[in-house]
Amino acid sequence: MTASFSRRTYIAWALVLATILLGQFGRDLADALGMRWLIKFPSAWVIPFKTSISLAMKWLVEEAAIGGVSFTDVTRAVAWLIEQPYQFVLSLLAEGFVAGAGKEAQTVLPAASWIAVIAAVVALGHYCRDWALAALVGACFAYLAVFGQWSSAMVTLASVLIAVPIGAGGGLLFGIWAYRHPRGERMLMPVLDLMQTIPIFAYLVPILFMFGFGPVSALVATIIYATPPMVRITILALKSVDPELVDFGRMAGTTRRQLMWRVLVPSASHSLMVGVNQVIMLTLNMVIIASMIGAGGLGFDVLAALRRLDIGAGFEAGIAIVVLAIAVDRLSQAFAERMGQVHSHAKRGGWLERHKRTVLVVALLVATWILGRFLPALQEYPEGATLTTGAFWSDVVKYLNVNYFDVFEAVKVFFLNNFLVPIKKTLLGIPWPWAIAMLVLLGARAGGWRLALLCGVLSGLIAVSGLWAKAMVTVYLCGASVILATLIGVPLGVLAALNWRAGTVIGVFIDTLQTLPSFVYLIPVVMLFRVGDFTAVVAIVLYALAPAVRYAAHGIRNVSADLIEAGTVSGCTPRQLLRLVRLPLALPEIMLGINQTIMLALSMLVITALVGTRDLGQEVYIALTKADTGRGLVAGLAIAFIAIIADRLVNAGARGARLRYGLGA
Amino acid sequence: MRKINALGAAAALALSTGAAWAADSTDPIKLTLHDWSGQLINTKIMGSILEEAGYNVEYVQADYIAQFAGLKTGDLHLAMEIWETTGREALDEATATGNVVNVGETGLMAIEEWWYPSYMKEQCPGLPDWKALKDCADVFATPETAPNGRYVGGPVTWGGFDEERVEALGLDFEVVHAGTDAALFAELESAYQRKAPIVLWVYVPHWAPAKYDGEFVEFPPYTPECYSDPSVGVNPDLAYDCGKPRGPIWKAAWAGLKDKWPGAYQTIEAYKISNEEMSAMVGEADLQGVPIDTVVANWMAANKDRWSAWIKH
Repeated sequence: MTASFSRRTYIAWALVLATILLGQFGRDLADALGMRWLIKFPSAWVIPFKTSISLAMKWLVEEAAIGGVSFTDVTRAVAWLIEQPYQFVLSLLAEGFVAGAGKEAQTVLPAASWIAVIAAVVALGHYCRDWALAALVGACFAYLAVFGQWSSAMVTLASVLIAVPIGAGGGLLFGIWAYRHPRGERMLMPVLDLMQTIPIFAYLVPILFMFGFGPVSALVATIIYATPPMVRITILALKSVDPELVDFGRMAGTTRRQLMWRVLVPSASHSLMVGVNQVIMLTLNMVIIASMIGAGGLGFDVLAALRRLDIGAGFEAGIAIVVLAIAVDRLSQAFAERMGQVHSHAKRGGWLERHKRTVLVVALLVATWILGRFLPALQEYPEGATLTTGAFWSDVVKYLNVNYFDVFEAVKVFFLNNFLVPIKKTLLGIPWPWAIAMLVLLGARAGGWRLALLCGVLSGLIAVSGLWAKAMVTVYLCGASVILATLIGVPLGVLAALNWRAGTVIGVFIDTLQTLPSFVYLIPVVMLFRVGDFTAVVAIVLYALAPAVRYAAHGIRNVSADLIEAGTVSGCTPRQLLRLVRLPLALPEIMLGINQTIMLALSMLVITALVGTRDLGQEVYIALTKADTGRGLVAGLAIAFIAIIADRLVNAGARGARLRYGLGA
Repeated sequence: MRKINALGAAAALALSTGAAWAADSTDPIKLTLHDWSGQLINTKIMGSILEEAGYNVEYVQADYIAQFAGLKTGDLHLAMEIWETTGREALDEATATGNVVNVGETGLMAIEEWWYPSYMKEQCPGLPDWKALKDCADVFATPETAPNGRYVGGPVTWGGFDEERVEALGLDFEVVHAGTDAALFAELESAYQRKAPIVLWVYVPHWAPAKYDGEFVEFPPYTPECYSDPSVGVNPDLAYDCGKPRGPIWKAAWAGLKDKWPGAYQTIEAYKISNEEMSAMVGEADLQGVPIDTVVANWMAANKDRWSAWIKH
């Protein structure tokens, strides 16, 4: 047993060494053997997927029809259906109700006054939980008004109010369907993987053709991106409902429908809310990209501000997105909690007594509508009373730039020479057949022949689509960023778990990083580090740090107290306790965190293409600017394949680790 | 009651303007807005003129290239700034389908070239002549590119043949591509704050030349032969041994616009504006912080005769 184990380890190390050596000298070797095709995938072998995909898309959009109803008619009808509620919410919150168009337009009813909206969210906060929550969300919305972000924020809020229910509701229904039909679940899973990993830029152009130009397309793209976690969590939550509860439901004679909606969904509601929370966060993540295709709102403000290098204005609009995310998230959580409670006390008092909050808000709304005609400040927050910190942020960046640029430069050069460049050289030097073979081996070792086959087929497809070199640059950028994010994130997570105070600070920091649009800090990072790979890596690390921290903290906190006590009793120092008990037991969780870090890093690639990287993200971006549907989708799929390979390998590894420590699969 | 009033008012207005424009539709003409001020000003001036002519106008936020999808299907109707230099491919592809038409030049001329801040003249005295770059490439070097100079080019999608240019003119420079416009000017802002060496791709009309003091490098002037024929130009063996072409900024419209709003189409065709006017307005908006709608209103007030002539009766 020991002998065979050490021989395996020996072979594994030999293979790793061979790979690194091939990476260093593969190029020279291929030249010496006269086999350049080993390094550079021959263009004659490339299968032109992109042309076929472009043609298929063209057919779908221009010709496809079932019984006289063309495909685009169907998608346009869907667009119309989504547009109606959106237009209503938008009118109510931002634009006002207007009759006629253009010059003849006349405002029938202006948008809800800022005072009424703030009162409404405060009332909602109080209804859902208590005055503390009411104060928090009230302060969030007041921030939007005081910092002059109100009108844009309301446009963004309108799209969130439409996208989140559709995403969460649709996700719930799909999840229930998959729960009932295990075969459906197997079919759905790869689709969900693709929805989450193909960068949105890749399918932006077809969506515009199908759903028309404007906010609806942006909503559809947002929904595609934000729904998958809801489906996954629904399936998981339903499966983990106590079987006894299900049996009890059956014994009570429920129908299938009753069993689902009266027993299963309510008992899973806590986990389901995690899904809703994810949908909200992802929807707000999409705000910037959505604004590029007509959603407007805060995302547009960020883009436009950075176009004119107004860092402060971009930062303020970005913070407004964070603030909005906090308010919507906290409200939705509290709302779910309240729905989950059983209200036994009989309602007392008359109708007015029971609905005093609603009555108050409606009265305020009507009052501001009427009085607003005479006192515009009641209707719209007066422009003169807005605050701005814009200049401050620009000055901070300028100060850092002028005084510390040399320091940043030195750090950058150090990292480039000792970390990034060697990784890049090695990865680009590995002959592609060897790389595919290694992936197959790794797959076989970690998860059996199925995984080996998957790794082989997906990496083979990347090679024959002619994107091998760009895929390797992608792997390099993501790999380097994930290593850094793990090195920074896991210790932060451990610290957050062991020290309550540090945990709070780190939590706020991580939440902000995740909801602040990456665009906001991308431009200052360019100013301090110049265009190049290092800048991209910094941006990716900042964005992908969150799951590494969260999962590590979660894993450490969840280590069973018995084991800790056993460790303490046997005389471990705190340091030993961490190294010998906590970390190993938290390893599966940490691995899952790294898995999520990889996913986020990959999803960030399209954004870093905007600072000039030369990877698959750039390929997607070029395809978008040339409106080349096929090219974009092929590159998008290549990114998705890398993500799927990484995900499956890490998951299989985590499962292995769990088994080894006897935690159960 | 209020509703009836509104409808009545709308009907009255429709009658008063509709009479003169019997042939034209009252549906709103949809103009696209992008994310740079020049385009916003240009589009809003066009929109204001069309409104003065009695049309209904709607502005739609759209991506520069993605908008062609909307122009083809008729979801969008008019795009005011398609740059010869960056949008030509997409425009050609769109007009080839027959669903989009090129409505002619806006009068704006895009200039794109290597550009440096004035303080670089002290360190590289021969500028703006391009030959000076040959001798002081090391001044522009950074640790990553040394001993070569570093030139920050536009996003790869902009084309520009800078790698070829560097090769053909024998310049010891490395071309580093910024991913976006914003990243490009972030580099300039950063260098300008530190008075650090930089040479980069700048284009006009843009706010940068108004904010930063500097000049374009003077390359041998562009000719089509210089790009296509290696023997022409400074280097007898290689093409691209000259500066970049300058090109008009086009107006592009949905093909159906001409039939649906024939009067508006004529007005759009007639619309012309100059680089100087635009640069001044962009500077006002981006550097002095004047709201774009104010800038547009000022132009409309100052040029009433001009735009009145474009509205044909």
